Amino acid sequence: MINWQFFLEILFPALQEGFLMTIKLVCWSIPIGLVVGIVIAVGRVYGNIIVSFFCKAYIVFFRGTPLLIQLFILYYGLPSLGIYLSPFVASVIGFILCSSAYHAEYIRGAIQSVKSGQILAAQALGMSKISAVLNIVLPQALRRAIPGCSNEIIYLIKYSSLAFMVTCIELTGAGKIVASRYFAYTEVFLVIGVIYLALVSLVSKLLNILEDRLAFPGWENKK
Amino acid sequence: MENLMVVYEALPFLLQGIITTLGLVLSALFLGFIIGVPLAIGQVFASSWIKKIIAIYVWFFRGLPILVLLFLFYYGLFTMIGLNLTAFMAAVLVLGLRSSAYQSQIFRGSIQSLGKGQLMAAYSLGMSKGKAIWNIILPQALRISIPGWSNEYPAMLTESAITYAIGVMEILTRGNFIASRTYLPMPIYLTCAIIFLLLSYSGMKLLHLLEEKVRMPGFEK
Amino acid sequence: MPKNKELILQVKDIHKSFGDKEVLKGISFEVHKGETKVIIGPSGMGKSTLLRCINQLTIPDKGTIWLRGQEVNHHNARQINQFRQKIGMVFQDFNLFDHLNAVSNVEIALIKVKGMKKQEARDKAMSELQKVGLVKQAFLYPAELSGGQKQRVSIARALAMDPEVMLFDEPTSALDPELIGEVLGVMQKLAQEGMTMVVVTHEMGFARSVADEIIFLERGRILESGPPEKLFYQPEYERTRKFLFKLTELYGDIKGYHKR
Repeated sequence: MINWQFFLEILFPALQEGFLMTIKLVCWSIPIGLVVGIVIAVGRVYGNIIVSFFCKAYIVFFRGTPLLIQLFILYYGLPSLGIYLSPFVASVIGFILCSSAYHAEYIRGAIQSVKSGQILAAQALGMSKISAVLNIVLPQALRRAIPGCSNEIIYLIKYSSLAFMVTCIELTGAGKIVASRYFAYTEVFLVIGVIYLALVSLVSKLLNILEDRLAFPGWENKK
Repeated sequence: MENLMVVYEALPFLLQGIITTLGLVLSALFLGFIIGVPLAIGQVFASSWIKKIIAIYVWFFRGLPILVLLFLFYYGLFTMIGLNLTAFMAAVLVLGLRSSAYQSQIFRGSIQSLGKGQLMAAYSLGMSKGKAIWNIILPQALRISIPGWSNEYPAMLTESAITYAIGVMEILTRGNFIASRTYLPMPIYLTCAIIFLLLSYSGMKLLHLLEEKVRMPGFEK
Repeated sequence: MPKNKELILQVKDIHKSFGDKEVLKGISFEVHKGETKVIIGPSGMGKSTLLRCINQLTIPDKGTIWLRGQEVNHHNARQINQFRQKIGMVFQDFNLFDHLNAVSNVEIALIKVKGMKKQEARDKAMSELQKVGLVKQAFLYPAELSGGQKQRVSIARALAMDPEVMLFDEPTSALDPELIGEVLGVMQKLAQEGMTMVVVTHEMGFARSVADEIIFLERGRILESGPPEKLFYQPEYERTRKFLFKLTELYGDIKGYHKR
């Protein structure tokens, strides 16, 4: 028997707040993560030895260690150095660091797949190297990186649930609190599952549309 | 100096977590492989309603956060159906099922990249569909899958830390335990991070060696 | 027509459509033991489809196939597999199994389908490779073989099953010109040794010197058929003459092939 009262009066209001927090987390992390990722990728490919090494180390560290450890360091570790972050800020910073490392790796691959003749041609027209990278290479590389970066964005939406582990009460956290109080794990997490599925499906649809919009002749088969 | 001593004393306790972490990761990868291969075959060769069921399975396990899956199965579904599992076993099952969804997509892509001619030639020699898939399609598809499959290991490794949430005694759980005792979170967490990096790096090296070993003409990357 | 010889293959009134395009509109012919039939005709006119209908890789819409007086029932998967073992097929693009070296390509069906012991299968495979002149290449992978060598391995692979009849689907169309000769040579030798063969090809030199009968397929029907001398010198239809003339021009001198 389904207890509608539980769903309507207890679960849904709680989840509503959590859901808004999830959206807030994601909306902050995705765009900033992308921008940082682009910067790191460019630094990795075009920077001098020191910059390139730093960017590589950044990518290796944040891709090679669990996001959860990164969050713990930010939230539980930094206070020992006198830096105090709120759960929300710690989570957003963690998500930005981690997702930017993944974005950077996709974008780096895309940059390197752009033919070297493109830069030469731009320089032959009198563009500086920076201008050639910004105006010629990046527009092509970013299009090519879309499938990978889309994937990373979907991951990030799912990984936003880890904010709960540093006490930022988002969707999963809100559900967990209700679930353990009423001992209704199956029901609660099935509902939450449906919400995530809907969110993830919606966003990947949107990203697919974006990918199609940004495609231009000659690019279809290079995906 | 004091920090280093703490790390040094905590190290044996942390390193024990490696056994749990690797046990969890390898078991889950294995389970994911065992289930992922038939799922991939089904997605290419089975009847349309089986394909649909598999697609829903894949969509479900790829669409949910690990944390939600762990809570749902460990506290919810497993208990509901009377399955009394340790946190470790539950984690192996959940990560394994989830990985099977991802792995099936790798294998499916490889199967579909093989030309139709391979199947035709096998049929023309009198092979049944089952024999053709087992002897001709799978050996090739699995080889093609190796580079993509290799990425599952580091992914699974970093994701395994999330099982901290249901109390699996893996590296991070142990690190947390020490950090809360010693009030020295920073060096402990960094040590954990380095352990993960080393595991990831050495695992990838091993996989590359394996890749070299099974390489054959016509199947280069 | 060698009427005294055993009847191996009967093709009766085969029809096949893809969508609303009817590519085969009732094809019938018979193949006797030791005969070589060459099927010619314009591209995209269902010659490959006809061959695939014979071993049921494509299921015909209507019509029947008989092997040694036994009808092939495509509703029974096991019977089809039995039947396909007795019909060797060589494909235009080889379709060698890319994960197996040459000798394994030849022996895999012996082991997995015929249930032969490994050593026995290996011996048999090596002797088939010897027939096509590829013993030295036995342990190379398809990626290490030339196109002509690949096609010869695929012939050996089909021969190893001891088929009653061999089907060749444009076996030289995917080859560089200088490699065509070695494959045709193997096929000619087979024909001389008494193999029963149905060959789809554009190689007129081969057709003329090897075929017992040439079947001219056009617009889904057999326009005319007969021994090479008849089709080349006294065709009933102007279209046949024109087509043969064009092919001979395209694919080189007939006499040149004879001398090889």
